[in-house]
Amino acid sequence: MIPAAFDYVRPASVAEAVAALGEHGDEAKLLAGGHSLLPLMKLRLASPGVVVDLGRIPDLRGVRDDGDVLAIGAMTTHQAVVADPLVREHVPLLAHTTAMVGDPQVRNRGTLGGALAHGDAAGDLPAVAQVLEAEMVLEGPSGRRTVAAADFFVDYLTTAVGEDEVLVEVRVPKYGAGWGYRYEKFNRVAQAWAIVGVAAMVRRENGTVAEARVGLTNMGTVPYRARATEGALAGAPADATTLATAAEAADQGTDPPSDLNAQADYRRHLARVLTRRALEAASGA
Amino acid sequence: MPDIDVRINGIRYQDHVEPRLLLVHYLRDRLGLTGTNVGCDTSNCGACTVLVDGTGAKSCTMLAVQADGTEITTIQGLAGGEGAGAPEDWHPLQKAFNAEHGLQCGYCTPGMIMSSVDLLQRNPDPTEDEIRHGLEGNLCRCTGYQNIVKAVQAAAGELRAAGAPGAVVGGQS
Repeated sequence: MIPAAFDYVRPASVAEAVAALGEHGDEAKLLAGGHSLLPLMKLRLASPGVVVDLGRIPDLRGVRDDGDVLAIGAMTTHQAVVADPLVREHVPLLAHTTAMVGDPQVRNRGTLGGALAHGDAAGDLPAVAQVLEAEMVLEGPSGRRTVAAADFFVDYLTTAVGEDEVLVEVRVPKYGAGWGYRYEKFNRVAQAWAIVGVAAMVRRENGTVAEARVGLTNMGTVPYRARATEGALAGAPADATTLATAAEAADQGTDPPSDLNAQADYRRHLARVLTRRALEAASGA
Repeated sequence: MPDIDVRINGIRYQDHVEPRLLLVHYLRDRLGLTGTNVGCDTSNCGACTVLVDGTGAKSCTMLAVQADGTEITTIQGLAGGEGAGAPEDWHPLQKAFNAEHGLQCGYCTPGMIMSSVDLLQRNPDPTEDEIRHGLEGNLCRCTGYQNIVKAVQAAAGELRAAGAPGAVVGGQS
């Protein structure tokens, strides 16, 4: 399979990339690690006239300690995220989940920013960004702006990134030792999307749940937070019965798809079961 | 057409390529390096795996232009010697896949070996579980993986005994 012909641009800076987007308008598509875009181009489901390759902009790679947050360059590969000591120490949920994205070759080339900007609710990292309450830094012709994860994922494969903007950085708050975490992924093989995935973080205090966060992968067109479950757990005892009862509400407010992997009602079932397992692991119950 | 300047199996190539040319097609159709196979062509099976700057990549999911400035090793650059492919020059993983019969039809083998190189560079002493997870990006439809795992274990032992897990790819830079 061979992509349709396109022109190739390889900017050396974010400013040059933004200028290229301005010049080529909706003909242009940004190339990050290429592991979502190139398969779509080979299937001719995407046929951009101009591909703007972000692969040679050094500023977009790496993890920086920025006080209370980690600033992760959008072009940092999954493998670099998994191996990064700062990520492992301060945001272990991100390292833990990123290690489950695709397979080793995909993680060597695929990037955090690419996975988020692609905006696929079946991808693992959008739900994790929701749970981590990450912020996305976008750069466009008039400078930079920051969008919270809650406002970033707009619709199916659609994010808040404007046509003339580049996602340059993902800012993730540091989480202290009080937080437990877990990502539960249900899929057939490494390369397959999660049929359903659940990201959970739990902060315990004196045997109770001080705060619980649950994010859902592939339960609709965007990555959802399971707000009913989170609300039921705030201040509740951190025991198995309470967690299981709260997990029963995990699929409330979602709109899961039916496809050849699963029907919607089965996805709802998975969301409840995986939420219980993720909460048990994250809370040490 | 963009220019690329790339080192492949120790040889420098300067070329004009169409932007849409996939790396695997550049290797096979332009350079004749047909040891690297196209399996599924959908980023799943890993038959086309090569090392790009030392780490495994599916060359069907990479443009040749993205390889500009990199160093690439394919299965044909793994053995030592002058490239004649004499068994005594084989890489320890090639020897082990042969000795342990880590293949049946052999189609996945070039990619399987290149991913194993990447795995052993990161983790010179993997457990069976780590080998199976480390090779998740490579599908084999014949073996059931059992002898592939044995081959990687054998090669890992060989490389550790040689004391040079970091030198797996050889000195081509």
